[in-house]
Amino acid sequence: MSDTKKFLLDGKPVVFQDGQTILEAARQAGHYIPHLCWHPDFPAHGSCKLCIVKVGGRHVSSCAMPAKEGMEVESNTPEMNGERRALLQMLFVEGNHFCPSCEKSGNCQLQALAYDLEMLSAHFNHFYPNRPVDASHPDVLLDFNRCIFCELCVRASRDIDGKNIFALTDRGIHKHLVVNAESGRLADTDFAASDRAANICPVGVILHKRQGFARPIGERDYDAKPISVVAMEEVEK
Amino acid sequence: MFELETASQTDNLRRVAIDPVSRVEGHGKVTLLLDDHNQVQQVRLHIVEFRGFEKFIQGRPYWEVPVMVQRLCGICPVSHHLAASKALDLVVGAVSITPTAEKMRRLMHYGQMLQSHALHFFHLSSPDLLFGFDSDVGQRNIVGVAAAHPEVAKQGILLRKFGQEVIRVTSGKRIHGTGAVPGGVNKALDPADRAMLLQDVEQMIVWSRDAVHLTKRLHTSNPALYDQFGLFRSNLFSLVRADGALDFYHGHLRLRDGDGKVLLDGVDYQNYHHLLTEEVKSWSYMKFPYVTAMGREQGWYKVGPLARVQNCDFIPSPLAEIERREFMDHGQGGLVHAPLAYHWARMIEMLHAAEVIKELLADDDLLGDDLMSCGDRRREGVGVIEAPRGTLIHHYQVDEDDLVTMANLIVSTTHNNQAMNEAVRQVARQYLNGREITEGLLNHIEVAIRAFDPCLSCATHALGQMPLTVELLDGSGRLLDRRVKG
Ligand code: SF4
Ligand code: FES
Repeated sequence: MSDTKKFLLDGKPVVFQDGQTILEAARQAGHYIPHLCWHPDFPAHGSCKLCIVKVGGRHVSSCAMPAKEGMEVESNTPEMNGERRALLQMLFVEGNHFCPSCEKSGNCQLQALAYDLEMLSAHFNHFYPNRPVDASHPDVLLDFNRCIFCELCVRASRDIDGKNIFALTDRGIHKHLVVNAESGRLADTDFAASDRAANICPVGVILHKRQGFARPIGERDYDAKPISVVAMEEVEK
Repeated sequence: MFELETASQTDNLRRVAIDPVSRVEGHGKVTLLLDDHNQVQQVRLHIVEFRGFEKFIQGRPYWEVPVMVQRLCGICPVSHHLAASKALDLVVGAVSITPTAEKMRRLMHYGQMLQSHALHFFHLSSPDLLFGFDSDVGQRNIVGVAAAHPEVAKQGILLRKFGQEVIRVTSGKRIHGTGAVPGGVNKALDPADRAMLLQDVEQMIVWSRDAVHLTKRLHTSNPALYDQFGLFRSNLFSLVRADGALDFYHGHLRLRDGDGKVLLDGVDYQNYHHLLTEEVKSWSYMKFPYVTAMGREQGWYKVGPLARVQNCDFIPSPLAEIERREFMDHGQGGLVHAPLAYHWARMIEMLHAAEVIKELLADDDLLGDDLMSCGDRRREGVGVIEAPRGTLIHHYQVDEDDLVTMANLIVSTTHNNQAMNEAVRQVARQYLNGREITEGLLNHIEVAIRAFDPCLSCATHALGQMPLTVELLDGSGRLLDRRVKG
């Protein structure tokens, strides 16, 4: 039909409906654009910038940018992937990411993206922030060392669980995640392991206790296939 | 270059941060003190061991520990993985684990023994033994062995590879897997993997036996060197099975004196801290453990293959037991204390490991699905295992929020600290002539250390190159000569 709208993603036509973002339309058409803070169940957040693409010479966040007829979008190019790599490197040094002993290893989106985008070293100097864990809750551990500030837990707790347990506070390198309780301890909230917020963290911050490493290496989300493939399989489901 | 990225000299530095890519540091320094007549007056082996790990573990959730501690050693990560798992089994109340879990862990551990012993002997030690300690440095490596003795090198490489495959199928990865978890294991053996290993295991047994015979020939053809080099006497310390058999995975502690008399037996390792004292000496970062009741002069000991093979009453596999008896005959009624005999004992253990792997592979328990046990939570646990280089102790306390509050590790290198110092002293007495340190002398010292422990080299990724410094000081402590290697 002549009224289907299209844009070009890396030279390939992508059909979209009005109101869809570049990332949503691309996903629907089977094309992967890397992302971390975006989640299909939530409005775009636009904080991680991993979904960066080039449109008419400008860098934009594809998770937030509405698709437009005839647009030419560059995504899977050395330039864009280079930008993404640098963003990942910054995320790695801002927190304490020690993949070898992290139980999320193999299931972690940050690590999976680093592999997929061939991030070979951290490149920048590590900040080594001091972020003690919160182990007060009987069923869930918070290891703040690995937070990438995507606010998915904040959004899930507020918008789905109706509990508003998490918040981000401070800015810049002092930014960190806090628990909304006077004591600041997760044990002093009505947080439950079945909350959506307890099951949404893309990295290894919000962890179910005493289950670490129960799933063998080799059988984890990104062990056999890269995140670019796994993410698209999820769309089909 | 970034400021503070690379220190100009590292002798006194201790690591406090761990980044994702680097391994644990460790290196050795030997200082020799001479009198006015160029006679050796003092010899010290200083090993900079990484102790920051215990601090690093504190405050972490206990279930991370078995994976995290694997970073302690590049050659035998599985030993740390299993010792920590054993300690934390007790914390989750798994006083005994399921047959599938225990056998999977055993298989992993004996695979580890095989790969580590193969690496230690073929890759790191056989060049010295086959070519001579003073031989051309350019030839003295596994590549040189491959050129001069292609069969030996090939068997060494394939034995190691087989061991690594055993580790991979039991832990998920060739290195730093996750197979054991507090309370059991996270997977059983895949029947296809079992079939794959069964195809090769017989060959591994044959080659391991050849390796025993090779080390035996080296000894008997040059007893003046092999029986005397670095010779000192000491007690022997290891785990043995309840019936006195050699066992690398579990048992009780036994101490035997240098004449062969059993001094302590049946000691429950949960009480290791009543048994041992770790002495701190001003000149060394690494502690010196000894049996408290015997005192620091009498109570030190050696661990590892030479101790284990002579401390047990028998080896529970037929071919290795035959070899053990021949080995004991070599002592002519006494114990064998020669450091170079470590290699011979090590190859006997490798043969035993191959035999045990074969036996385990025939056991259908490995395919079972009952993987985990639990019980009443405890606040504390000790796990002990016989690692390739000797007894390994892990001890943890865990609070009610599941975080580790105390960790104490005694690794095999530490147990052997006094023993290695003695060996180096003997070598210095036997071989040091005058003030000039030659590459040959340096290598003699390395050969002595390497008989116990190749790990000074693994710490810097430079396999076969021990990052060792030797310093020669005169009576007033003035530096006369210095050699650095690695
Ligand atoms: S805890 Fe996880 S989900 Fe929440 S902001 Fe941090 S990274 Fe995102
Ligand atoms: S996915 Fe678009 S900014 Fe994070």
